[in-house]
Amino acid sequence: MALEKEEAKVVIVDNLTKKLKTKSKFYLKDFYAFFPGEKPRAVKNIVNALVKDEVLEYWSSGSTTMIGLKGMGKQANAEGEGEE
Amino acid sequence: MAKHNTPLLDELESGPWPSFVSDIKQEADVRAKNEKGIDFQIPSEACDDLLGLLELSYKDGTTHWKHGGIVGVFGYGGGIIGRYSDKPKEFPAVAAFHTIRVSQPGAKYYTTEFLRQLMDLWQLRGSGLTNMHGSTGDIVLLGTTTPQLEEIFYTLTHDMDQDLGGSGSNLRTPADCIGQSRCEYACYDTQEICYFLTMMYQDELHRPAFPYKFKFKFDGCPNCCVASIARSDLSFIGTWRDQIGIDQAEVAKYIDGTNPANAGAHKGRDWGAFDLDAEVLNLCPTECMKYEDGKLTINDKECTRCMHCINVMPKALKIGKQRGVSLLAGAKAPIVDGAQMGSLIVPFLEIDQTMNKQLADFESEEEWMEYLEEKYAGVVEVIESIWDYWMEEGKNRERLGELMIRQGLQKLLEKIGMEPQAVHVDHPRTNPYIFWKEDEVPGGWDRDINEYRKHHAR
Repeated sequence: MALEKEEAKVVIVDNLTKKLKTKSKFYLKDFYAFFPGEKPRAVKNIVNALVKDEVLEYWSSGSTTMIGLKGMGKQANAEGEGEE
Repeated sequence: MAKHNTPLLDELESGPWPSFVSDIKQEADVRAKNEKGIDFQIPSEACDDLLGLLELSYKDGTTHWKHGGIVGVFGYGGGIIGRYSDKPKEFPAVAAFHTIRVSQPGAKYYTTEFLRQLMDLWQLRGSGLTNMHGSTGDIVLLGTTTPQLEEIFYTLTHDMDQDLGGSGSNLRTPADCIGQSRCEYACYDTQEICYFLTMMYQDELHRPAFPYKFKFKFDGCPNCCVASIARSDLSFIGTWRDQIGIDQAEVAKYIDGTNPANAGAHKGRDWGAFDLDAEVLNLCPTECMKYEDGKLTINDKECTRCMHCINVMPKALKIGKQRGVSLLAGAKAPIVDGAQMGSLIVPFLEIDQTMNKQLADFESEEEWMEYLEEKYAGVVEVIESIWDYWMEEGKNRERLGELMIRQGLQKLLEKIGMEPQAVHVDHPRTNPYIFWKEDEVPGGWDRDINEYRKHHAR
């Protein structure tokens, strides 16, 4: 069954919001667990589409990428980089 | 005059080798004088403060960079690496000092015009400091701020026809040797396949797709000039299936000294007369060569493609005509489980040498890509079956090579549909048990209990 973006969005936002008290960034593999039985590639495509829609955002150390709800966790302005 | 005293860094300039400290000082000086009148878009003192911050790191014995950040360009999940200093007040010009990875041109062929454009852009919108090249091959631009990122990306993609490279849990920028453009040993067109796979997997290159990083590298022959066997999760090494070509007349010219050994690479010193036994035959790792009655012969079945004889006598010995690639998987640097070289998974995948049409032979790039998809269908099949397996089974931050250690090479071979062969065996088995699968046992696990009881009382 194809994964519907809008339905997947609800599941992802719901799951990430529940976990916000403990962490704001997640591995891509954490998202697979929200959709048992779905192919990792299908989940990956949905997650990347939701970043494009500005629901989610990437965090990168350079070697690893993590994903969280947009605006959550430490943002650029908290690092002293504000709007010009 | 320097903004910060840097006695520890100055020590690094005292050795015999060129120092990156001198380079940073030079750029700091260029920015201070600004003879070109550049309207610097990040603080002009960035290089001075970088030196100051680095000096402090040497003094404190610890880094003063924080780990990562939420920075990037719209739609991309790679290519930009957030770097913030934990001493922003003391060194304000490098408080934000993000790294940009730019995809290198195929085989790193540049024009000087491209390099000038790149530096004009980087001196305007960044620190002016580069790392040519990063380990993966990218052009690394060191140090800019978040507001500059989209501007730099726009200029790179629109004015320079150049894209960002890979970072994070993405496919990393594929790297290749110069291949058939200049090298007679190249068994396939490394630049073509590198470009094809880069275009084919744009999504994987620019957005996170995997448990961790994944690297392709393409070596045209077993000389392995880009060291794909040691540095890539999936290594492509050119090879041949038939015989090494031998020109006996040219062999004789090496023996009588007419042809310089190693194409004259070591001619700066007198090494004495060429000695075929000492320099070639006795160095063959499988002892598969002999020279008798003026004739050189090779037992090709035993040849392990070490390339030594071909490198020493390139006019006399040529790579075979039935050419393709060997695929090796799982190479990685240390961190978890230690460093490891790639393990051979596909001994030979033929690449059709008659399929040599170029982009100019097609109406559009799309048509060319379709042609290449057909040409490299076997390669794509192996890549995607490996990725599916790793995406399903790999743990967070687990490289393919670590998964192979955890689950065994046999599991990977199963997933890519490759029958185990003698060449897959690294060493004699250490586990005394043999685990059969149901489909490997006649009749499977089911048995007729009534038939069994006829011969065996309860």
